[in-house]
Amino acid sequence: MRMMAMTMTEKILAAHAGKEEVKPGELINARVDLVLGNDITAPVAIKEFARIGVDKVFDPEAIALVPDHFTPNKDIKSAEQAKMVREFAQKYGIVNYFEVGRMGIEHCLLPEQGLVGPGDLVIGADSHTCTYGALGAFSTGVGSTDMAAAMALGEVWLKVPPSIRFHYYGTLPPWVGGKDLILYTIGRIGVDGALYSAMEFTGEAVAALTMDDRFTMANMAIEAGAKNGIFPVDEKTLTYIEGRLKRSYKVYASDPEAEYAKEYEFDVSQLEPQVALPHLPENARPVSQVTDVRIDQVVIGSCTNGRMKDLREAAQLLKGKQVHPEVRLIVIPGTQEIYLQALKEGLISIFIEAGGVVSTPTCGPCLGGHMGILARGEKAVATTNRNFVGRMGHPESEVYLAGPAVAAASAVKGRIAHPEEVAGDGN
Amino acid sequence: MVIKGKVWRFGDDIDTDVIIPARYLNTSDPKELAAHCMEDADPEFARRVQPGEIIVAGNNFGCGSSREHAPLAIKAAGVSCVVAATFARIFFRNAFNIGLPILECAEAAREVKAGEELEINLEEGKITNLTTGRVYQATPFPKFMQELIAAGGLIPYVRSRLNRG
Repeated sequence: MRMMAMTMTEKILAAHAGKEEVKPGELINARVDLVLGNDITAPVAIKEFARIGVDKVFDPEAIALVPDHFTPNKDIKSAEQAKMVREFAQKYGIVNYFEVGRMGIEHCLLPEQGLVGPGDLVIGADSHTCTYGALGAFSTGVGSTDMAAAMALGEVWLKVPPSIRFHYYGTLPPWVGGKDLILYTIGRIGVDGALYSAMEFTGEAVAALTMDDRFTMANMAIEAGAKNGIFPVDEKTLTYIEGRLKRSYKVYASDPEAEYAKEYEFDVSQLEPQVALPHLPENARPVSQVTDVRIDQVVIGSCTNGRMKDLREAAQLLKGKQVHPEVRLIVIPGTQEIYLQALKEGLISIFIEAGGVVSTPTCGPCLGGHMGILARGEKAVATTNRNFVGRMGHPESEVYLAGPAVAAASAVKGRIAHPEEVAGDGN
Repeated sequence: MVIKGKVWRFGDDIDTDVIIPARYLNTSDPKELAAHCMEDADPEFARRVQPGEIIVAGNNFGCGSSREHAPLAIKAAGVSCVVAATFARIFFRNAFNIGLPILECAEAAREVKAGEELEINLEEGKITNLTTGRVYQATPFPKFMQELIAAGGLIPYVRSRLNRG
């Protein structure tokens, strides 16, 4: 019998469900390669795990616990939550528990530590778990109860998503990167434009992207309502995992005749850097249309844009410049390894000499936790992923989402700015 | 199960940051979470909502963060059911897993107004607007999800799986 043509998402799900093939809409029980939780979601999962009544986890090496949201502990309650996660890790011998000082923002950390590879099935009690699709893995966010069940069973129930293909062609203009592509895409399809679906990113323009840019794009698939985002595996992927990945992996590719629920094609050659206006990521505009917005704060970091390429790009624009007197610039490297590399490359000096602060890795301000909360009426440009009401602080504050280049240029200008306004300018 | 209650009305893309802001996520205690439920969309909601009342919203309810604290807060606030045109997928899973009844019904989501009274038969997915007399049929859930509900949520389901060995 001839095999049905499948997308790479369908192939990974079929392999993990022990099936020859799966179809969109089918409910499956799938084996998981890695289960993730953080200091906010794991405590709820730990309570639910206790209700199951088992005395061990399915595999102590296949669970990652990363206290990154409110750490280093911002208050007593957060400290109690982090403690609960730490004690659970000790009790059940969780190998991949990452303590403050060795941790990082989970979705920057796990790929860097070689815990995710092509063809993996990963679930995480964090919506941005979809980030690992950049490596050609199926990776999706779930809730705490799902996490608890997977820690016991090593399995998760999933509905096979239909795939939507996003094909990008042309050559990316200067200062336009993965963040701009994904904001533009969400702007075109809306925050529920890929609801329940797999977003498959293809084409010469994404092939030209760095791995860091691909992580950024896959990370925000959830912002279009998607179940997962996924990239074809190529030489860049294999170079990235070389020397990192601790397990064997398998490369899956979509069949040429695979069925897509929808296909989009975007020419990126004329694309401008994008900014998503409050209060939804779908409110994407070319930066040149919004340069009159004055700002109080700039945040460069997060699981979306806290990687080396992001910091290098920001530093390139900030070198020898000064942050606008009325702006607070907060730079947050995604992991300790990234922090150290940025230090070695002199990027940290550039940020500090420009008048910015550099924080230890934390999700912190992205979700209005700590390290840069906005007051009533304040406006921030952030390289983070959500600009919902109250996301970074007061319900009447505003977040403008952008890539690191726009964020750095805006920090200098005191208003939303095109990177070209700052690049090469003597200021 | 048949539930009856007054309607609280919300729009499209109600995200989980609005349902329960992250500034309150340093606890997972349902009662504490309930005290801040929907705070950034309607600061009066948590104080005024009565046990058994129903949330009706538009598209993509529960989008954004995976925080299970969102359906937990809604459930602990006493809300008996959320009816929406569509749900964001993680919220959808979480609601099932923790036993918060939800129904997808675009027509009801379009027509039902704040303050009206609904009667909902959860098994049949039948929604009756007692104020206007209109009757709506929600999208039926797949069999597996009905089994999850019958088992009392994901944890009892997992327990019975493990017992079967």
